[in-house]
Amino acid sequence: MSNAVNPAPKATSPPLRAKPTPKLPSHVSEMKTEENNTGVACNAIEMQDLCSWYGNFQALKSISLNVQKNKVTAFIGPSGCGKSTLLRWVNRMNDTIHTARATGSLHMGTLDVLANTTDVVDLRRNVGIVFQKPNPFPKSIFENVAFGPRLHMKLRRSELIDIVEWSLRKAAVWDEVKDRLHAPALGLSGGQQQRLCIARTIAVGPEILLMDEPCSALDPGSTLAIEELMNELRKQYTIVIVTHNMQQASRCSDETAFFFEGELVEMNKTQSIFTNPNNKRTEDYISGRFG
Amino acid sequence: MSDTEPSKIDHEKSDPPEKRATRVDKGATAAGQSSVPFERPQLLTTDARIKKDIRFRRMCIITACTSILILAFLLGSILTAGIPTLSWTLLTGSPEPEPENAGLWPALMGTLWVCAMCSLLTLPLGIGTAILIEEFTPRNKVAKKIFNLIQLNITNLAGVPSVVYGILGLTAFVSMFSLFDKSENSLGPTFEVGAVYYDQFSNLASDPFVDTGGADVPERFFLLPVESRNAASVVPRTGMLAYENGESGLTQVDIIAIDPLSEQPSTDPDQLSRTIDNQSTPGRISENQWYYLRLPFGRGVIAGALTLMLVILPVIIISTQEALRAVPATLREAALGLGSTPWQVVWNVTLPSAVPGIMTGSILAISRAVGETAPILIIAGIVYIRSAPQHLMDDYTVMPLQIYNWTSRPQEEFHNIAAGGIVVLLAILLSFNAVAVLIRHRMQNKLQ
Repeated sequence: MSNAVNPAPKATSPPLRAKPTPKLPSHVSEMKTEENNTGVACNAIEMQDLCSWYGNFQALKSISLNVQKNKVTAFIGPSGCGKSTLLRWVNRMNDTIHTARATGSLHMGTLDVLANTTDVVDLRRNVGIVFQKPNPFPKSIFENVAFGPRLHMKLRRSELIDIVEWSLRKAAVWDEVKDRLHAPALGLSGGQQQRLCIARTIAVGPEILLMDEPCSALDPGSTLAIEELMNELRKQYTIVIVTHNMQQASRCSDETAFFFEGELVEMNKTQSIFTNPNNKRTEDYISGRFG
Repeated sequence: MSDTEPSKIDHEKSDPPEKRATRVDKGATAAGQSSVPFERPQLLTTDARIKKDIRFRRMCIITACTSILILAFLLGSILTAGIPTLSWTLLTGSPEPEPENAGLWPALMGTLWVCAMCSLLTLPLGIGTAILIEEFTPRNKVAKKIFNLIQLNITNLAGVPSVVYGILGLTAFVSMFSLFDKSENSLGPTFEVGAVYYDQFSNLASDPFVDTGGADVPERFFLLPVESRNAASVVPRTGMLAYENGESGLTQVDIIAIDPLSEQPSTDPDQLSRTIDNQSTPGRISENQWYYLRLPFGRGVIAGALTLMLVILPVIIISTQEALRAVPATLREAALGLGSTPWQVVWNVTLPSAVPGIMTGSILAISRAVGETAPILIIAGIVYIRSAPQHLMDDYTVMPLQIYNWTSRPQEEFHNIAAGGIVVLLAILLSFNAVAVLIRHRMQNKLQ
């Protein structure tokens, strides 16, 4: 099975490389067996009437939306409209906030994400998250990327090295760090750190990649690099990105959802949201009249 | 621009009028008095602000210098009195009654023993508690209340005078609430492991009434094994199992037991040197293995270590909590987002990042334990200790206690060697702190 799939990432994996792509770690190749063969767009995440509270404050009001597999979905909206909250429910990062709770349903395939019995550790392995501020561990670059695989897999050193190289190449940061893999990660620039964080996330082999304003702390060059990266990654991952940058949403997403004060105002193909919004508030927001 | 104007005016209005007036008077640049004083805010003049800055800086320098001067004076007086008395004897000798031969080896070793044991006991306990409170805060309301109560108590305990801990240690560790005193005899501990008891006899050589036939017979000591601490005294007979307690430890010997009143000892010097009086009163001594354990602990090293543990445990918990709190939450989120269990987050991310802080706090706490006198004074008693402790239940003394003992003697010479002892103690403390700084530095370099 893995033999059949192996060539695929070679073709799809983008970034310019001097060396040939290393052999794809087995856990990465297994996860996308169904998608490319069938070619049918199916839902990776399905939400129905999702409400969320922080204490008594209702942050999300009855959200129902579907995130399609192997597409980039952008969440836009003014600050405090609940898009990050929604994103953080997908891999239950909100568990760290003691006052946060949610009702409604959030399913990934057959998995009920919000159920108490859900294995959060396994969920987060399948749903990686990249945060707004680059947050590499105060360890070496290599150790940063090897962190996730070490948690979940029993690996030989050579396999680990392969995974690290594969992830760094995939995150388009390999060429910049290959000569200093054992240097501290905190010595990298902001953009490199953020790409390192993406590499660290995909090294675990997730199916869904959540990005919480990944470019808001970066300069335009690094932003461009990460957008290009998303463009490449969409072939293998389902990506959900929260962004304040309208251009970014229009440039790199397939679907866009506009949130306002905890409600989902409109969700549609990015093209139609930006050219022909159905809702007045959406139009006002994307044309910069408020927010 | 225009929307910031109203707030400035509000601010100006809130100032008392007389203050505003003085400012206007002083201000060289703001001299242009406008007819409507409330419209434009009057700023503090640069001159006044700089003066304030200079005044504050001077105050800081003065306070810093005062404390440094006091410290320098104390250090200077100790060093001038102490350094001339520093010698090899002071370090390696036992506290003899003559000041020129006195040393603090037993106290030095006692300090090291107690502090090593204390750190071994305290660090896992303190760091573990801090991790529990900081990293595994419960969501349940009742459990949260309990955690808050624990936190409050820890903070309070850090402020309790150490002498109180000494009294607590005396009850809890030295006598163990008298829980073990219910056996038939209260002479010794109820429970013992690793001790062998002997009755000790000396040969007849030194007895002035025994005729040695002119031969020069050295005095020797023989040990006859007994079953326990409370066994009846042994009556020596020729041919019993006996050991000589000599320079090279215990060696088995054949003793000859006689009644010197009715029997005449042999005049052979060899036989005479092995002859003991079968009527003599023996002394009961014990030989303890390194693993010797007794309950209650009595006034041993372990009781001291446990008591000092009580003194520094709150300090270590609080400093560890601070160190853990200083680890950015983003790092925890990153590790959780990769699918770590809470324990993996603590072990792989939080603890490594907090190690410099934890080490600094712990070593400062241990330095406090090194210098702590009051609780040791209570639980060790002032016992005259001539040798370094050999096992955890052994009697001990510590350096502050030895120094205290020397300073309370009338002779001037003892005061001087006490100063020498303080210099040694300071050297130990400074080297502890140096290690802390070194570790922190290395860890930080490694992380950044």
